[in-house]
Amino acid sequence: MLWLLFFLVTVIHAELCQPDAENAFKVRLSIRRALGDKAYVWDTNEESLFRAMVAFSMRKVPNRETTEISHVLLCNVTQRVSFWFVVTDPSKNHTLPAVEVQSAIRMNRNRINNVFFLNDQTLEFLEIPSTIAPPMDPPVPIWIIIFGVIFCIVIVAITLLVLSGIRQRRRKNKGSSEVDDAEEKCENTITIENGIPCDPLDLKGGHINDVFVTEDERLTPL
Amino acid sequence: MEKVRPQWGHQRQFVLACISYAVGLGNVWRFPYLCQLYGGGSFLVPYLIMLFVEGMPLLYMELAVGQRMRQGSIGAWRTISPYLSGVGIASVVVSFFGTIYYNVINAWSFWYLFHSFQDPLPWSVCPLNGNHTGYEEECEKASSTQYFWYRKTLNISPSIQETGGLQWEPALCLILAWLMVYLCILRGTESTGKIEQLANPKTWVNAATQIFFSLGLGFGSLIAFASYNEPSSNCQKHAITVSLINSSTSIFASIVTFSIYGFKATFNYESCLNKVILLLTNSFDLEDGSVTASNLEQVKDYLASTDPSRYSEVFPLIKNCSLESELDTAVQGTGLAFIVYTEAIKNMEVSQLWSVLYFFMLLVLGIGSMLGNTAAILTPLTDSKLITSHLPKEAISGLLCLISCAVGLVFTMEAGNYWFDIFNEYAATLSLLLIVLVETIALCYVYGLRRFENELQAMTGRALNWYWKAMWACVSPLLIIGLLLFYLSDYILTGTLQYQAWDATQGQLVTKDYPAYALAVIGLLVASSTMCIPLVALGIFIMHRYKRGDTAPVA
Repeated sequence: MLWLLFFLVTVIHAELCQPDAENAFKVRLSIRRALGDKAYVWDTNEESLFRAMVAFSMRKVPNRETTEISHVLLCNVTQRVSFWFVVTDPSKNHTLPAVEVQSAIRMNRNRINNVFFLNDQTLEFLEIPSTIAPPMDPPVPIWIIIFGVIFCIVIVAITLLVLSGIRQRRRKNKGSSEVDDAEEKCENTITIENGIPCDPLDLKGGHINDVFVTEDERLTPL
Repeated sequence: MEKVRPQWGHQRQFVLACISYAVGLGNVWRFPYLCQLYGGGSFLVPYLIMLFVEGMPLLYMELAVGQRMRQGSIGAWRTISPYLSGVGIASVVVSFFGTIYYNVINAWSFWYLFHSFQDPLPWSVCPLNGNHTGYEEECEKASSTQYFWYRKTLNISPSIQETGGLQWEPALCLILAWLMVYLCILRGTESTGKIEQLANPKTWVNAATQIFFSLGLGFGSLIAFASYNEPSSNCQKHAITVSLINSSTSIFASIVTFSIYGFKATFNYESCLNKVILLLTNSFDLEDGSVTASNLEQVKDYLASTDPSRYSEVFPLIKNCSLESELDTAVQGTGLAFIVYTEAIKNMEVSQLWSVLYFFMLLVLGIGSMLGNTAAILTPLTDSKLITSHLPKEAISGLLCLISCAVGLVFTMEAGNYWFDIFNEYAATLSLLLIVLVETIALCYVYGLRRFENELQAMTGRALNWYWKAMWACVSPLLIIGLLLFYLSDYILTGTLQYQAWDATQGQLVTKDYPAYALAVIGLLVASSTMCIPLVALGIFIMHRYKRGDTAPVA
């Protein structure tokens, strides 16, 4: 009798947990990829830890606080390591709907990962997409800050150069207008260039060098 | 009294300005691409031959003309012969097209430079999709660097017809780039100074073309720079120096580029292998870590023999990873600079530092070339007394920058990159060849080679070497005619022109045909500069006949 009951229970369990069964999920672990030399062996102890974590996750769902470790069934464990699991209700006749299991696992994904020293990529629940942490988004994009700084520097530099150019030209215009006035009254005034007065030659007439004989004496008188 | 022409403060400034103009982005992204395409090291043979036979003589000629005539391109060619002022005008037109589109590259460099101050670099990770369960689809299909370039930087539309709106981020960067250029040219020259396959005819043509465009001949920039030289400066030495430095920079850049290619190819090859291994491990539930790169082939054979049905399901997904195919992907232009290099940089240690340095270098190269381009336009404008009497120098530069910036905003639209490619390919290529051909023939046969030789000797005090005379008079013009014929026949034979469009759904480039109006724009670009030469000559001829007709009855 007991044998028959045990046999029945095993068969029912086997039927509930099968690859591609209703409400069943496949799990895949890449322990060696994640941990390298420190990789642990996946044995039945690890499996029971996994079942405990799944039960723990389900207990956090309202109306499912009575989920026990024995309600979580594992099957088809391969060398990969990969296996299928289902969560049954207390009567062990039906499996809990996939949506509930999915949301429960998603809520506690981090803790499940940490227990096994794995992350979202190395402990995969196929068909339960994990929520990826978005990259940090500062309120003001950094590039605008740097752009603003360089933009202001360039504008200031342009303004300075333009203003100094205008000032130079105004000084040159004033200077050249002074030179113009002086040239107009050139016979009476002394023009100043570089601070040195230059005398126009025709005013002074130049010095007479006595070494050079004057023209009259050069030609012998007829 | 003749107005005193501003001069370079020191000879070194002139040489540095020429080098900075000649050494541009083409050295970084075009030369390594050509090297890879045409047999690697053996490409250096036609390249160096073309350098000595075509590049150096023409560079020397442009510098000598500028130094002798002491005017920008329009004035210089008008002095040689009034009918040839069209050559100078054509140079200015080509330079104008060049300035409009080239500064967009600087805008992109600024964009990447500003984004290099983040951890992680924005092009190293894909953004998340709507419900945070995975990455953006486009980013998954392509790569994160391609996604950042095509979506975040350009926000490119699927084809040239769909223009889209103006993107304010690249527009801001473009405005900044133009402000930077204006800052540098504001004060004029004084502030600018203080740069087995050998038998394949295409190899030689591409070597000649590369030398030609790399040195920046025909834009009028070299004439402009040299016109501010003292008449006695030794422009022969400068020509040789500038062309040698330009070529050695190209060669150095290609060494760096090839090592980056190798790094990227190795990285991609290993990623590809890892993906195949993961696929096999997951599909057949093999033990984690049992399949490695070394036993991959044996495992595949074993699986094919033991589980043929499942293997045939998985087989189409298995990619054949090959290092050779990764190395063979040669990319040029903006693709190389902004996609390949950023992909390599993101995998290095301290990637922010390398990224900042790299984009700063691109900026320096780009702005150096921009200064040459703007000098080519501004020098003839400031030479003309008509314009300088009404506006000060700062206002002319400002106006040029404003107009170019406004037109350049076209390239910041969603389809802007396609128009950029049009300008990059067609605005300068044919026109420059024609301009330099006319320049060489005009100098040797219209002005007279002997007369120019005597004037150069009187100016610099050195006799003109027979080598330069031989090159200017026969070899270089023949070479350019050959190049022109080759390109014309190539355009005619290939039929309709095509372009590469980014397909967001597939995550890769697809080839499309240009629509009719794009072809019209291409034709207009080429025609507007080349037609200047005959049209202006005709115009001046008619004016002279009209004047002679007027004065004839009086005489």
